[in-house]
Amino acid sequence: MNVVLELRLLAGRSLRHIPRIPEKAFGAVLLPLVFVLLFAYVFGSAIHIPGGDYHSYLVSGIFAQSMIGTLPGIAVGVASDIRSGLMDRLRTLPIARGSVIAGRTIAEMVELIAGTAVVALCGLIVGWRPHGTVLETIGAFGLLWLMAFAVTWAGVFLGLLVRDPDGADGIAMTIIFPLMFLSGIFVPVAGLPTPLREIAEINPLTSLATAVRQLFGSATGPLPDVFTLQHPVITSLGWAIAFLVVFVPLAVRRYQRMNS
Amino acid sequence: MTYAVRTEGLGKRFGETEALAGLNLNVEAGTVLGLLGHNGAGKTTAVRILTTLALPSEGRAFVAGHDVVREPAQARASLSLAGQQASLDERLTGRENLRLLGRLQKLSKGSAFARADELLTRFGIEHAGDRQVGTYSGGMRRRLDLAACLVVHRPVVFLDEPTTGLDPASRAEMWGAIEGLVADGAALVLTTQYLEEADRLADDIVVLSQGRTVAAGTPAELKARVGDRRVHVALPDTDAFAGAAQLLERLEPELDVRARRLTLPAPDGPRDLRAALDALEIAGIAVEEVSLSQPTLDDAFFALAGERGDDSRRARTSQGAIAQEAILPGEAA
Repeated sequence: MNVVLELRLLAGRSLRHIPRIPEKAFGAVLLPLVFVLLFAYVFGSAIHIPGGDYHSYLVSGIFAQSMIGTLPGIAVGVASDIRSGLMDRLRTLPIARGSVIAGRTIAEMVELIAGTAVVALCGLIVGWRPHGTVLETIGAFGLLWLMAFAVTWAGVFLGLLVRDPDGADGIAMTIIFPLMFLSGIFVPVAGLPTPLREIAEINPLTSLATAVRQLFGSATGPLPDVFTLQHPVITSLGWAIAFLVVFVPLAVRRYQRMNS
Repeated sequence: MTYAVRTEGLGKRFGETEALAGLNLNVEAGTVLGLLGHNGAGKTTAVRILTTLALPSEGRAFVAGHDVVREPAQARASLSLAGQQASLDERLTGRENLRLLGRLQKLSKGSAFARADELLTRFGIEHAGDRQVGTYSGGMRRRLDLAACLVVHRPVVFLDEPTTGLDPASRAEMWGAIEGLVADGAALVLTTQYLEEADRLADDIVVLSQGRTVAAGTPAELKARVGDRRVHVALPDTDAFAGAAQLLERLEPELDVRARRLTLPAPDGPRDLRAALDALEIAGIAVEEVSLSQPTLDDAFFALAGERGDDSRRARTSQGAIAQEAILPGEAA
């Protein structure tokens, strides 16, 4: 019972930051909007997806992208709490020890789900519609949020590891930019030169975007004959679980080791 | 009896480095312990172990009778900590920070809100209560930090360098606030690099240097170990200086020929000062300046903790002492 209240209070305090940190609000709301509009209307006119329209193709990609877009935000948040000494103060309170990072991940999930709503809204404006069954649509969002949850833990671990807000931001950006652009978020990977295509084929974001396209019943474009893209739902699930299996214990251990 | 804080041979190693070794503390309820030392002396390491943020490599530590390693939850329920930086959420307002800490410590919403308002008023920051902490001045942050320790009454309060980096006026305000805290009955462990601060606030002082305890006792005991009060006599010319040196020879003065200055031991303080002045007056030796100085904790620190002879600091101290107790020859005679 106490733990529930602690989590609510600690998640609440992180959520209060959003309107007060312009970069964070920008990341959560404006960035997906900018990407949807930029790609739909600026680059979109030059991109053709066989068997479908680019807007629907793109919106699924943006869904996938916005699930990793908050990696810098959470890593910076955790590092800032350590740097400011707030983490220490919270750790000397008689509260459940895990509440501090769990509260942070819950806040992040709330933010991500709100972010999904923003993307869905932008999508509806540019003509995206979920065409799958209700179950498939729920499955698509479930898959996105599971991946987001896994990425959140990676962010917590990164923040705990680096402990410096600027360093955490730099590292997170270095990780997500190649992931975003060497993927099938914006364009079909089939058209990429061979070495880049091979990277894009195993990029978890490509699988996730492709899985979501299938579940929403949008065009996927031509898919290379590789397992990760022929079975994108299973592959995405596998990636999400793998991230959780790796980063949850790493983050928890790192958090406990702050004692040593 | 149960001590508020007790340690037995507490030590901490980081690889090859011994950050803390053999620390023994006994702090009674309602008293203030000052942990005094330079940067890297082991003060913060000791506080981190006592507040369950770090594990000791050796020895044991108890807060309100609870072993910090074996019963960390109970220890945490008995202590509060203000860390070296103002450890608060910068994006929340002062009021929100205090409310959050109150509610996390199981106050009802109503009492947490009331307590936050009460503390903001008590520490003179109610005008800034609704501003984000990131906009606070250093002094305001420290006061809010102290307030944050008092949201829920804990029998043991740890303050890690509460006034480092503050200007003199803010420091004086913090001292007032800290004294108020002790009046509430809490035991206080305070770390500081400022000898004046330990002298002013602490009932007992432990001097740490490179992780080891180099001295322990009350401020008066530490001062006594360093030596007596002294009379300083400055003379207007070399003839007067030579005359005075001869006249007072049996008192074994320290002579500073270049500054034409004599320093005499003065165990009886003002009485010795007067005796020296009278003797000089009778001998017809003119005096330029006379002063009586207390040994300060600075003297104690340099005598006890030895290493790092910081001459500039020493010079400042003796000037301060003279300014404090300078007596003009005319007035004394």
